[in-house]
Amino acid sequence: MVSIQDLHKKFGKNQVLSGLNLDISEGGIFAVLGPNGSGKTTLIKCLLGMVLPNKGNISVLGENVKNSSSYRHKIDYLPQIANFPSNLKVKELIKMIKDLRGNTTIDQDLISLFKLEPFLDKKLGNLSGGTKQKVNLVLTFMFDSPLIILDEPTSGLDPISLIRLKDLIQKEKTKGKTILITSHIMSFVEEVSDEIVFLLEGKIYFKGSITELKNKTNQPDFEHAIASILTDNHA
Amino acid sequence: MLKILKYSFYDLMRSRWSYVYFAFYLLLGVVLLFLNNDLSKAVITLMNVIIVLVPLIGTIFGVMYYYNSKEFTELLLAQPLKRSSIFLGQYLGVAISLSMSLILGLGIPFIFYGLFKSTAIWDFSLLLITGTFLTFIFTALAFNIALSNENKIKGFGYAILLWLFLAIIYDGIFLMTLIMFEDYPLDKLSLIGTMLNPIDLSRTLILLKLDISALLGYTGAVFKQFFGTNFGLIVSISMLMVWVIMPVFRIVFKAKKKDF
Repeated sequence: MVSIQDLHKKFGKNQVLSGLNLDISEGGIFAVLGPNGSGKTTLIKCLLGMVLPNKGNISVLGENVKNSSSYRHKIDYLPQIANFPSNLKVKELIKMIKDLRGNTTIDQDLISLFKLEPFLDKKLGNLSGGTKQKVNLVLTFMFDSPLIILDEPTSGLDPISLIRLKDLIQKEKTKGKTILITSHIMSFVEEVSDEIVFLLEGKIYFKGSITELKNKTNQPDFEHAIASILTDNHA
Repeated sequence: MLKILKYSFYDLMRSRWSYVYFAFYLLLGVVLLFLNNDLSKAVITLMNVIIVLVPLIGTIFGVMYYYNSKEFTELLLAQPLKRSSIFLGQYLGVAISLSMSLILGLGIPFIFYGLFKSTAIWDFSLLLITGTFLTFIFTALAFNIALSNENKIKGFGYAILLWLFLAIIYDGIFLMTLIMFEDYPLDKLSLIGTMLNPIDLSRTLILLKLDISALLGYTGAVFKQFFGTNFGLIVSISMLMVWVIMPVFRIVFKAKKKDF
């Protein structure tokens, strides 16, 4: 599905990714974890072609990322901070993204799932952070692509929407899709993810299931297992 | 690219500033034409306003639009779109909507004045063409500056400096050089000097067409002598085109190499 070899990225003097190798097989939910500044977002942006790596190769579904933009038809991406043009209405934004990417009818189901009907005629600048995130989720999930990338999907969501999001993610997984998630909410990660990819200092420190991680660190629960990696490496 | 262009254009057409800009030119056109009945004087006054104001507005709008739509650009970058089409679409959206404000704002009062019956129609059209060129040039330069500077304040600063330099300081330096080296033949230097500044070039172009030798100044006179009126017009218009094309190429080049 996704294959990354020897990925290097530097921003000025700041070496963010240094020789990262990662293979993600098809189907399942993968959580990309790591402390702040470990390169999670950079890794995702490299996958999307928004950040250009200094060295290394990335291929998504067999297509090299460098060569074209059309592979992005197969990726749904939820950005971390959703800032939309403030004088557009929600309805217009959805219509516009459809116009740019191709038609779909799933958006209606998603709008009713997240109860966004009353906001369709409101301008994006007047929406609360949580509502914006819901719009963001609609835009992401409406295209039914085989690879879904979610950068901090839970931010700003109320408990009900969070439950709906978890259901949605599980539903997409049963369709055989590959889902990449980054999050700092450990309980969310533990609940949804099949496999963990732990980034540390620009490299993969650990890749495997949560049980394997617990065994490796000799910790009874997931949150402490993550914490022990961080203290062992930073204290 | 056309889709991005369409959305940028609509986005700007809806913003208050396009109307303010349009209303300003409308007012200027009405005042100049109906309160002062001399058409050629009106055209000269308009030229002086256009040559300073159009680059300023183009620069500010270009930089502002780029920084304001940054997050949205990131959303577009994650879609299956080419980088060059995203940025060219946005650039053309800004440049075309600004040119529309200029052309409609000045055109409407002139049509009511009876432009189509007047002999000044070519002078006036040339004025609008130059204004449009200047809009495209300075919006492209502004996009270049914004693409190269992550920091908004720096970007704005450089953009204003660029405008100040080309609109005012350049002339001063140019004049000083001409005075300092007055003992030498300066025809070639002044020709090159004029071509290297799109604002000077536009001024020379309009004055050549109006054929007012008193206002041409030294560089204009050299220009006229060297190229003649008609060839001079062609040379200066092609130079203005080069001034559009070069920064646009750099937008495409820069956008391809940038991290977002």
